[in-house]
Amino acid sequence: MVGHIHSIESFGTVDGPGVRFVIFLKGCPMRCQYCHNPDTWEIGGGTEMTVEQIMEEFQRSKDFYTRGGITVTGGEPLVQMEFVTELFEEAHRRRIHTCLDTSGVTFRPDSPALLARFDRLLAVTDLVMLDIKHIDPQKHLAICGQPQDNILAFARYLDKCSIPVWIRHVVVPGLSDNEEDLYQLGRFIGTLRNVKALDVLPYHDMGKSKYHKLGIPYPLENVSPLSKEKAVWARTVIIRGMRDERKKAVSNASNLEQ
Amino acid sequence: MRPEWNNFHTGVWQKEINVRDFIQKNYTPYDGDDEFLAGPTQNTKDLWDQVMELSRQEREAGGVLDMDTKIISTITSHGPGYLDKDKETIVGFQTDKPFKRSLQPYGGIRMAVKACQDNGYEVDPEIVEFFTKHRKTHNAGVFDAYTPEMRACRSSHIITGLPDAYGRGRIIGDYRRVALYGVDRLIEDKIEQKNTTRTIMYSDVIREREELSEQIRALEELKELGKIYGFDISHPASDVKEAIQWTYFGYLAAVKEQNGAAMSLGRTSTFLDIYAERDLKSGKYTEEQIQEFVDHFVMKLRLVKFARTPEYNELFSGDPTWVTESIGGVGIDGRHMVTKMSFRYLHTLKNLGTAPEPNLTVLWSTKLPMNFKRFCAKTSIESSSIQYENDDLMRVTHGDDYAIACCVSSMRIGKEMQFFGARANLAKCLLYAINGGVDEITKKQVGPKYRPITSEYLDYDEVMDKYKDMMKWLAQVYVNALNIIHYNHDRYCYERLQMALHDKKVTRWFATGIAGLSVVADSLSAIKYAKVKTIRDENGIVVDYEVEGDFPKYGNNDDRVDSIASDLVHTFMNYVKGNHTYRGGIPTTSILTITSNVVYGKHTGSTPDGRKAGEAFAPGANPMHRRDTHGAVASLASVAKLPFKDAQDGISNTFSIIPGALGKDDQVFAGDLEVELDLDIDDTK
Repeated sequence: MVGHIHSIESFGTVDGPGVRFVIFLKGCPMRCQYCHNPDTWEIGGGTEMTVEQIMEEFQRSKDFYTRGGITVTGGEPLVQMEFVTELFEEAHRRRIHTCLDTSGVTFRPDSPALLARFDRLLAVTDLVMLDIKHIDPQKHLAICGQPQDNILAFARYLDKCSIPVWIRHVVVPGLSDNEEDLYQLGRFIGTLRNVKALDVLPYHDMGKSKYHKLGIPYPLENVSPLSKEKAVWARTVIIRGMRDERKKAVSNASNLEQ
Repeated sequence: MRPEWNNFHTGVWQKEINVRDFIQKNYTPYDGDDEFLAGPTQNTKDLWDQVMELSRQEREAGGVLDMDTKIISTITSHGPGYLDKDKETIVGFQTDKPFKRSLQPYGGIRMAVKACQDNGYEVDPEIVEFFTKHRKTHNAGVFDAYTPEMRACRSSHIITGLPDAYGRGRIIGDYRRVALYGVDRLIEDKIEQKNTTRTIMYSDVIREREELSEQIRALEELKELGKIYGFDISHPASDVKEAIQWTYFGYLAAVKEQNGAAMSLGRTSTFLDIYAERDLKSGKYTEEQIQEFVDHFVMKLRLVKFARTPEYNELFSGDPTWVTESIGGVGIDGRHMVTKMSFRYLHTLKNLGTAPEPNLTVLWSTKLPMNFKRFCAKTSIESSSIQYENDDLMRVTHGDDYAIACCVSSMRIGKEMQFFGARANLAKCLLYAINGGVDEITKKQVGPKYRPITSEYLDYDEVMDKYKDMMKWLAQVYVNALNIIHYNHDRYCYERLQMALHDKKVTRWFATGIAGLSVVADSLSAIKYAKVKTIRDENGIVVDYEVEGDFPKYGNNDDRVDSIASDLVHTFMNYVKGNHTYRGGIPTTSILTITSNVVYGKHTGSTPDGRKAGEAFAPGANPMHRRDTHGAVASLASVAKLPFKDAQDGISNTFSIIPGALGKDDQVFAGDLEVELDLDIDDTK
C-alpha cells in the first residue's frame, strides 16, 4: 500500500519521546486558523512511498532511534488510516515505538465498522498525541471548522482502551487563552486516566510565510506570538483544573468507601 | 611509601612511571548529580573581573596588549607574573605579567618578527641577527630542503597550513607525572633511559642520546620554574592544590617554550580527583576551596597566549590555542571514568562564564552515568562550549588513558605523540586532474603534466581514473614535505620538555589531513548522476562548470554518494601509506578543518558540484551548507559512514542547533504528570 508523504524529518525531537523519525502525511479536513503546515492540507499528492520504502529509510539510521521511534503526523494522519495501520504493524513487528500525532477528527463512536478499524490501528500504537483545540464547542468550531464532540469521544475511547496519551494544546492570544476555558480543559483532561503528559504549545507565526507562498490569506495576520511566560501560566491553569478534577474523584471514591 | 602518597592504593605505579595504573587503582567513579558543586568565591570573581578588564584593554589595543621583544622565552626566562598574588591559588604566566606575549623564535625568526611587526612591535635587532646568522631555525631548515615542486604546491594552496614556519604542536606531555612523581624522580628515570641506550653510535642512537640530554635539562629547568614561584616541585604533590599547581607548571613550561598550533593539556580531571577525594575525606579542603583551585587553574589556561600573525589568525578564524582537556570516558575494565572533578571542570563554564578555551572535551560513551550526561546537556545548552568525542570508538585503539590534541587527534598520554600534518586540498586536486596539473587560478603548471580532460561533458570513469593518478602524486609530495618539516622541527625546535614527559619508547603518529571532502563527493556524484559541462578559458583551462539535472548529495544518508566519500578517504589513505614516513611514523589522516575551510575555499576555483570559485568549503567532514535536506540524523548518518580506520586521526562534524529544536522546554511541557499533579501531598494537608 502506498502513502502520500509530505516530508520526512530524520531528527524529530519535539514529537514524542526520544529522537524520532517523523513522517508528515498529506491531507487534513481541519482548517485550524493557526495551522503552520497549510502545505499539507490537500488530500493526495506529495511523494508516494510504500511501507517498505519508509522502513528501509528508517532502518538506515535506526541506531539514532533506540530511545525514540516513529511518529506519524501531518496533515491529519487518520486521513490515510489504512496506510498508517500497515506502517505501525510493520514497525511493531520490528519492535519500534510508534506514536500517532492526531486531532482525532475522523473518529465516530457510533460506527462499529469504523471502530473496528480504529481498534486495529490502536493495537499497534504505543502513544497518541492528541491535539484538543478548544474545550468550548462553539470556539472549537470557530478555530478549526469542525465540531468538537467526536474529538472528545476519541479521547474517552483512548482512555477506555488504556492507550497512553499526551495532550497537546495550542494557546493562541485571543482565541484560546481564556483562563476559565483553560481551567475547564484541565477539568476534562483530569477525567482521563491515560494522560501521561501535557504539552502546551505557545502560538507562533512561523507558518505565515507558507501562507503567503501558497497565496492563502493568513487568518491570524495581526496576532502576535504567545510569550513563554503566558504559556507557563496557561499550563499551570490547565494543571489546576486537572488537579481539582482528580481530587474530586479521589474524595468521591473515599466517600463511597465510608 | 612516600609520605605524599599516604592513603593511596599501592600498585606498579610506585615502581615505574605509570600514571594510568595510579588512576585505575585509586579513582572514585561518581554517579551523582551536580548538586554538590560550589559557585565562584569572591576572590575568583575579583580575579575574573580583572581578566575581563584586561581583555577589554587588549581588544581596544587591536588584539595584543603587550609583547616581549627582547627576552627569548625559555622555561626559566621570566620572573614570576601575577594578576593579584594574594588572591590567586594557582599561579604562573608565560611571561612576567598576564597578557604579555612571549618571543619564541625557534620555529622561525621571520614569523616571530612579523607577528611583532603586524602588532606594532619590533624584535630586538640583535636577536634577529642572531637567529638569522648564527642559529638556524626550524623554518630555515625546512626551506633549505624543500623541492621546487613542494614550494609550488605550497603557494598554490593545494597543500595548506603546513607547520613549516611555526610550531607544529599536537604533542601532549603527561603533565600529571610532575604532580604524581615530582621532578627528581622523572629526572632519575630519564638518566636511566640515557644510560641504557644502544652503544653503537649510528645516527638514531646519537639523536636519542642528545634528545634525552635535552629532556633532562628541561626537567632541571622545570624545577627552577617552580622555585621562581616559590615552590619546590622536586618532590611529589602532597594535596590537590599542589597537584593542580604541579600539573600546571608542567604545562606552563611547555607553552613557555613551544608556540605550537595546538598545545593541549591531556586528561587531568580524574587524576586530580583522586587528590581531591583524599583531601575532602581528611577535611584538608572544602568543596568550595577545591572548586576555587579548579576555577583558578582554568582561568590560567584561558590566558595562554601566543604571538601570531594576522594570517595565522585568519586561517584559524581567531587566535586558538587548543588547550584541549579530555573528560570522562570509560575504562577498559568497564567502569566509567567520570568523577566529581569532571563536573568541576565543566562547572567552570558557569563560574567563569563561557569560553572556547580550554577546549573542554567530553569523551562520550553510551555507558556514562545518566546524571553526568544530563549535566553535560545542560551545560552545553547554557554555554555552547563543550566538544564531544566518541569514546566507544577511540577506546578500542587507544585504551583508557588517551587524550585529544587539538580538536580530534587522539593519543595515549606519554606513550604516543603526533607529527602534525595540516591538510591536502582534495577539491583542488580534482581540478588538477581535470586540467592536467595546471592550477585553475594561477594557470601555472603545479602538478605533473598529465593529459587533461578535453571533452565538453565530464565522464565519471575518465575523471576517476585521472583523479586517482593526481591523488597519488599529491600524497607523495605531501608526505615528503612533511618528512622535511618534522626532521627539521626535531632538529631546531625540539619539544624537549613535552618529550621529557613521555616514555622512552614513543609511538609516533604521522598525521595527514584532507580538506574539501564533501565538495569532492558531491562533484563526483554530479559527474556520475547528472551531466556536468565544462566551461573553458581561452587557453582551454576549465574554469567553471554547469550542472544539468539533479544528483544525490552527501549529507542525506544516500549510499550512492556517501560511498563515494568513503572510498575517497580510503583511496587517499592508501596513497599516503605508500610513502616513506619520517622516524617510523604511522600514517593517519583526519577530516577536521573546523575553521580553515573558509580559507581553503577562497583559494579553490569553481568545482563540478556547482560550488563557485572562492566559496567556502564545508567544515571538516560536514556536508556542504544547505545540501543536507533530510534533517540532522540523515546528515550525521552520512558522516558516520566515513571509515574511522582510514581516518584515525579524527573526523569532525560541526553541528549547530537552536536549543528549542533539541526537545521540549520543561517549563511548558509537563512530561511527568503524576509528579506535577502532586496529588498525594495535597491529600495529606
